[in-house]
Amino acid sequence: MSVKKIHKEQPETFKFNDKSMEAANKIVSNYPDRKQQSAVMALLYIAQRQNDNWIPLQAMKYIAKFLDMPYIKVYEVATFYSMYNLSPVGKYFFQICTTTPCMLRGAYDLVKVCKNKISEKENVLSEDGKISWMEVECLGACVNAPMMQVNEDYYEDLNDKKLEEIIETIYQNKIPKPGSYSGRINAEPVNNRKTLLGNKNA
Amino acid sequence: MLRDEDRIFQNLYNDSGADIESAKLRNDWNGTKEILEKGREWIINEVKSSELRGRGGAGFPTGLKWSFAPKEVGSRPHYLVINADESEPGTCKDRDILRFEPHKLIEGCLIASYAVNAHKCYIYVRGEYFNEGQRLQTAIDEAYKNNLIGKNALNSGWDLDIYIHYGAGAYICGEETALLESLEGKKGQPRLKPPFPALIGLYGCPTIINNVETVAAVPTILRRGAKWFSSLGRPKNTGTKIYCISGNVNNPCNVEEEMGIPLKELIETHAGGVVGGWDNLKAVIPGGSSMPMLPKEICDNMKMDFDACVENKTGLGTAGIVVINNDQDIIKCMARIARFYKHESCGQCTPCREGSGWMWRMLERMAAGEATSEEVDMLFDVTKQIEGHTICAFGEGSSWPVQGLIRHFKDEILERNKFDPVVKKQKNIPYLVDQHLLEKENA
Repeated sequence: MSVKKIHKEQPETFKFNDKSMEAANKIVSNYPDRKQQSAVMALLYIAQRQNDNWIPLQAMKYIAKFLDMPYIKVYEVATFYSMYNLSPVGKYFFQICTTTPCMLRGAYDLVKVCKNKISEKENVLSEDGKISWMEVECLGACVNAPMMQVNEDYYEDLNDKKLEEIIETIYQNKIPKPGSYSGRINAEPVNNRKTLLGNKNA
Repeated sequence: MLRDEDRIFQNLYNDSGADIESAKLRNDWNGTKEILEKGREWIINEVKSSELRGRGGAGFPTGLKWSFAPKEVGSRPHYLVINADESEPGTCKDRDILRFEPHKLIEGCLIASYAVNAHKCYIYVRGEYFNEGQRLQTAIDEAYKNNLIGKNALNSGWDLDIYIHYGAGAYICGEETALLESLEGKKGQPRLKPPFPALIGLYGCPTIINNVETVAAVPTILRRGAKWFSSLGRPKNTGTKIYCISGNVNNPCNVEEEMGIPLKELIETHAGGVVGGWDNLKAVIPGGSSMPMLPKEICDNMKMDFDACVENKTGLGTAGIVVINNDQDIIKCMARIARFYKHESCGQCTPCREGSGWMWRMLERMAAGEATSEEVDMLFDVTKQIEGHTICAFGEGSSWPVQGLIRHFKDEILERNKFDPVVKKQKNIPYLVDQHLLEKENA
């Protein structure tokens, strides 16, 4: 179990903007009548996107009203799941997978790079306030280890040099390209493909 | 090696695109209506006689599971739920199905929902797979547009709606009842069984829950016949399986192979061998992190299927093979897995909530060589107190790998931890410190 802390400075109010409202109503319609509570996870995520990638307490209260459910239930969900950020993170939120399959292929080298190039501690913004980083548990791309997630995109087959390049690219206000950084296609074995050769795009 | 034409997932590496036109070229949606017209009984019997076992880890026979759904729909509607909350360390097969073979999954959903009388299907995709979920949504939209699903799907008279529900980073939601709780908008804490979800599941209604790979394999099985599928592998362990080979191998990859392929062949042929050669192999975790690891002696001759793994006191699980070679510190690797379980325990049952933290801290100390020799037995005792004393299988999942380490590498742990408590030398042993005090500052 992990313990999450609520951010000290909370905004006074929170309201869905039009875009979020439309998305929220669409999600609620996915579930049967009077089962709108099911939408709470999606709505928290929508709130997080609207509010610079973190969820204030006011948003939880707002969602509780929106879905007609007790506030504490929303709070429970928001604190249980690890993808909800309850305090601000960088605009580029680096999540380095360090679980065993990634660790075997050098995930802790990536952590070292983050400590040098972003911030000494996890969840602390870099000097220009753009990036923050943290270690996370398995992200489910073990074949492409070591890897990390930046916001919604996966960056795979990394090493310390390549991660440094990615960080530099962001510092130069450019968006690095997601996907594999060893030049391979998806999850195929590099230079060693023995299967499905008939439909290989040569 | 399995012949290419016997592979179900022809687009595993995305050679030809995931859109509906390309999918149809790969034979998806071919004769689906005729399959539905053969009726529920036929579909379930065919899946039963193919001996398809669930690909999500437990290996429960799929046809049998479907037959548990009530035959007639009563006052409560039936639901089909697809488990795409793939979070087991070492496993990344469902991700490629969601990305590159979404139409196999959707077609499977249609057939499965018809077989279990469900008009609504929820696909629970883990939150981190946001992009994969978007690609699946694109495929679902395509299917709606072509009347493959929706009202009167394929003019078969069957209505089916498919919705995606995103998780938010909780490993435990891969457990089926925790997944249902999460779908209902609660925190993902598993329910007691019985009642089983097939009778009382989502919103208290009959619910069938299947893994992505299982459901995506069904259309091909029904098209090519149960005989074809059961001719691969061996009885009770039939068909093909996507193996994910990661860790210290030269070419980590996903590959679809026949069930029962020797582990050595799998690693040598497809993954380019162990880094430093086969003799440099230390251990292999055969089925994702919750299955006990095996030392090289067993790996030499092991076959990869459900029953062969059980014979070797481990399990096929999700077939996420993590290869560890001699350059690695095996105790450290296990300690990291224990940290994973400590982080992911949902906190509902005391043995698991507390025990997973104990195991992690003891292993960290053992990796550093700070433990006493007696503690190895104490650690084993802790695993025994977790196993079987929890609501869900997470207890087993977190304690079995530690037991596997002790079973096969006890000598190595003892070698490193020679500290003898009888010698009157005070040493600070912090394994009873409150877990929260060790939490990271800003986590």
